[in-house]
Order: sequence, then structure tokens, then C-alpha cells
Amino acid sequence: MSTLNIKQNELRFDLRIVASLVAPGSRVLDLGCGEGDLLKFLRDQKQVSGTGVERTETGVAECVAKGLSVIHGDINEEVRDYPDQAFDYVILSQTLQQVYEPDRLIRSLLRIGKKGIVSFPNFSHWRIRLQLLLTGRAPISPQLPYEWYDTPNIRVITIEDFRAFARKTGFRILREVAVRTPNHEQQGSIINLLPNLLATYGIFLIGKDNQP
Amino acid sequence: MTKVSEYIDHDQHGVSVGIVEKKFFTFAEPPHEMLLESGAKLGPVTIAYETYGELDAGKSNVILVLHALTGDSHVAGYYSPDDPKPGWWDIMVGPGKAIDTDLYFVVCSNILGSCMGSTGPSSINPAVNRPYALDFPLVTLGDMVTAQKALLDHLGITRVLSVIGGSLGGMQVLEWTVRYPDMVASAIPLATTTRHSALAIAFNEVARQAIMADPNWNNGDYYAGPKPDLGLALARMIGHITYLSDESMRHKFGRRLQDRMDFSFDFDANFQVESYLHYQGTKFVDRFDANSLLFLTKAADYFDLEYHYGQGSAVAAFAHARARFLVVSFTSDWLYPTYQSKAMVKAMKKNGLDVSFCEIEAAWGHDAFLLPSERLNTMVKGFLERVYIEYQTK
Repeated sequence: MSTLNIKQNELRFDLRIVASLVAPGSRVLDLGCGEGDLLKFLRDQKQVSGTGVERTETGVAECVAKGLSVIHGDINEEVRDYPDQAFDYVILSQTLQQVYEPDRLIRSLLRIGKKGIVSFPNFSHWRIRLQLLLTGRAPISPQLPYEWYDTPNIRVITIEDFRAFARKTGFRILREVAVRTPNHEQQGSIINLLPNLLATYGIFLIGKDNQP
Repeated sequence: MTKVSEYIDHDQHGVSVGIVEKKFFTFAEPPHEMLLESGAKLGPVTIAYETYGELDAGKSNVILVLHALTGDSHVAGYYSPDDPKPGWWDIMVGPGKAIDTDLYFVVCSNILGSCMGSTGPSSINPAVNRPYALDFPLVTLGDMVTAQKALLDHLGITRVLSVIGGSLGGMQVLEWTVRYPDMVASAIPLATTTRHSALAIAFNEVARQAIMADPNWNNGDYYAGPKPDLGLALARMIGHITYLSDESMRHKFGRRLQDRMDFSFDFDANFQVESYLHYQGTKFVDRFDANSLLFLTKAADYFDLEYHYGQGSAVAAFAHARARFLVVSFTSDWLYPTYQSKAMVKAMKKNGLDVSFCEIEAAWGHDAFLLPSERLNTMVKGFLERVYIEYQTK
């Protein structure tokens, strides 16, 4: 019973990394917050005052039931209504690959937040590369478990691509954490060597270009 | 209060609050009449109210429930052991329910201008010793909320944990958050709006015209004679259409006939939907006063939070608010559609207010906020618990 509970309560590994980038007591907006696992963790462990935006009614209801603040809506629309610098961090966790206008969203994100935390599944992981090379079919991985015809993801992103995107769009990467989650999404490790090849997720702390 | 669980074997959310009592509070005795927003004066004013649960030592567990257009103070429980029906929101309010009377002290009062115990057009005007009828002043939602505030003052309550209500009750919730921002820790406006659309005003006007076209209405002076029952029933039938939805009417009635195999080829109510509306209309005249419906629908139409508190701007209006909000709308509500809730949420966000919003998928139209919804229950419960804990630890 207790072991089961611990496992259920344990935050996904990539979210723990995201949480580690957030300073205690700060104001956080989580775009695509799901059932509020990250926000709840941040509130309980880091005294963060958080709010989320979630597309699904189930997710929203779960968040409110947990005592979290959440807006039912589309992230691209909802980011527009917040005042400038309303948050210390705006988190976009594993959602960038589903966004229609990533540059516009990132700009909004850095308007309403002092910093952004963006994470996504790394499409250049060696297993994905190998799958495409050997099978000639659209890769399916534990991080991207969809067939091409039923995936919510409209684009694929690699760690290297995101770095280039930052240079081109004009925002700064303040920190970059590449993680590997080999067996279980609950566990993992940080990768320092060849992240674009070995990491399953890229997690970036970003800021405006003129930011120190 | 005794808990009589045997009544509610159908309710999975806990037992009933039990036997409750309607109480009355009278204030604004002449010459200290209540000054209304219109400039008119009214007094004495009686407010009918009910309370459930225990007020804690710090008076910090108060939840104010605000009823809709034709509702009353009887939110939950039963008036007597053989009372066939509990209060109008018994599924939401009671021991262990979303608004948990084991934790909270729940207050609900009948709105000013109504006819369910509070002063309204059917009350006796002490100056002339007969019912006010059309001499009753046009009261606003602001006036209703001012009267509720007087009741809370009388109960020694200076701050409420939450104000909650749907429809016209939701409008009062919003009014509370900007009129008395320092008294309201949190607010739950359900299926409501900051101001009536032309569509909502249009239906209300047709309802009023139905009453006023009844010869028995007699310019509102009918209390000694026959009442404008036909007009009032018709007004209610119109109202009921707006509380449903195309989808719910299709499911509930379709084109099914009532107790017959074929058309009668006359103007009797052949369709189920016709007989349903007739039934609702007839049932309504037994419990509601036609003049009250005129006054209350007008108050609803006049309500305009943007205009009164923000010179036309919702953002400026909500700049007055301090509460944490949970805004809920329902997909099939065409009286106060989701876009109206979204607009208020937007204005709250722009003011940096802590707001949650959920649009609940429901087929039942505007009525959905009163019907059993696990979704609504869990959200209200979680939201209130959070505010309660924060308030207790503050």
C-alpha cells in the first residue's frame, strides 16, 4: 500500500527537473498543466503560487479538486490575457511539439513571465534515429508513443533544433538540462555527454535576449 | 440540528442537514429606511433566511449561498419530518457534501423584491396597510446585496469564506465581490453573466408582457381579487424554455405525444413538451407572485457590472475585486453562454486575480447548474477546502 502510494505520488522525472529550475516562493504559470501534478508539487514542496491552463475538462476538474488554480482553455489564447511579467516562470512542459505557432507562443511566454521553462521529447535520440534508419517507418518511442495518423504532435523537435530556434527567434537559453529516462518515466538521469544523441528529453530555462 | 438520514436514501453524497427553520430579520425601520440605488427609500425591510451548520469561534467558516430568480432561502434540509421535498440545492449543501455543513456555516436569504418571506411587492406597505404592488420601488441587485450585508451584520459576520450562486445568484456573487471586496475571501459564480445580453432581456420582456397583458393583473393591484395566473404561467413557460436547450428538449420530449396515439386536431396540448410547459406554468402560480417576477426580471436586466463599477469596462469593474474566483459555465447554456463567463475570466486575469474557470460539458442547458454533477461537486469541494485551509492558517 505505502510503496504503491509513493510511486503514484512521485512526480515524473522530467517534471522533477523542471521543478528544480523553479525558485521557491515564486509565481508560476503552467501551460498544459494536465491534472496539476507539477503545480501541486511546486505548491507543496516549494511554496509556489501557481496557476495552470488546461484544455481538457477532466484535467481542469482534477486541478480544482486538488485546490489548484486553473483556466479551462487553449494555451495560445489564454496567454494573451495576463499582464506583462505576471509570473516568475511560465512552464511549457511537453507541449511545444503540439503548438501551431511556437515562435509566437514563446514570445508571449516571455512577455507574461520573467523566465520560461520549455521541455520536449528529443527527436534525435539514437533509438529514434536507428528506428527510422532500420525500419524506414515513422519512429515510435516511449516518449512519442503515437502512430503518425493519431498523434497530437504536429512537429518533431530536437535539442539541436531548439538551440538554433533560440538564436533565430532571439531568446536566450539560460540553462539546458538533457535527461535520459531509460526504463520508466518516473526515473532517469541527467546527460552531459552528447545530449542530442542520448537524451530522451530536453529541458530549457529561457529568458529574453536582453536579460542578464 | 438533528440529522435525519432516512429521507435521502437516494443521495450518494451524504445525509441531509435535517430539519431546518426559516427565520426573519427586520431592519430599516422608519425613519431609518434603506436608501436604494434608484434614490427611493424602503423600510421596514424583512429578510427571510436560513442557516445550517455551526458558526466557528472565529466566525471564519461562513458560506453565503445566493439563490436564482425565483428561488428562496430554503437551500437544504426539510421543514418538518413529513416535508416531501428538501431545499433546492440539497444535493450540494449538507453534511459531507461539497458545501459541507459539518465544516461550514451556510447562510442563504431570500432576495429583496421576492415573495418567499422577504419584503417585496406583495408585502404590506405599512404606510397604507395594503400590499405595495407597483408602489414597491425598483430594487437592484446592488440593493439585494446591501440587504444581505445588513443580515450578515446582524449575525455578527464580518467576512465570508465564499459566496456562491448560479444564474441571478451568480450575478449577486459578482456584485458582492466588487461591492464588499474586503468581506469576500472567495467567490463561485455559476452559469452567470456580468450583464444580460439582448437575448436575455428579450425573453424577460416577453415574460413581463405576458403578465401585464393578463386582465387580472390590473396594473399590479390584484391582491384582493383574482390573480393574473394565466399571464404568470405563460411567463414561467417562456422562462422554462430558456433554462433548457435544444439538446435536452430533444432528449426529454422530442416530438412525443402526451397520453395519446395521434393528433387531436384542435389546440389542446398534444406534444409532451406542451404539457410539460403547461405543468410548469400552473405549478408556478401557486408559489410565486406575478409582481415579484416583474420586479426581479427588471432588476436582472438592469444589472450591469461593467457599467456600474467600471464605466463600461469589465477590467475596470473587476479592479475592485479581491476574491479568489471559481467561474463555471455549461456548454449548452444559451441564456448565459460560455463566452460571457470567459469574458469575466479574462477581465479577472487582466487584474491579476486568482481565478479558476471550467466549462462543464452538459446537455441540460442553463438548468445544468442545479442538476446533480459529480464534476461540479468535486470542484466546489476542492476549491472551498483550499480557501478554508488557507483562511484557517492565516
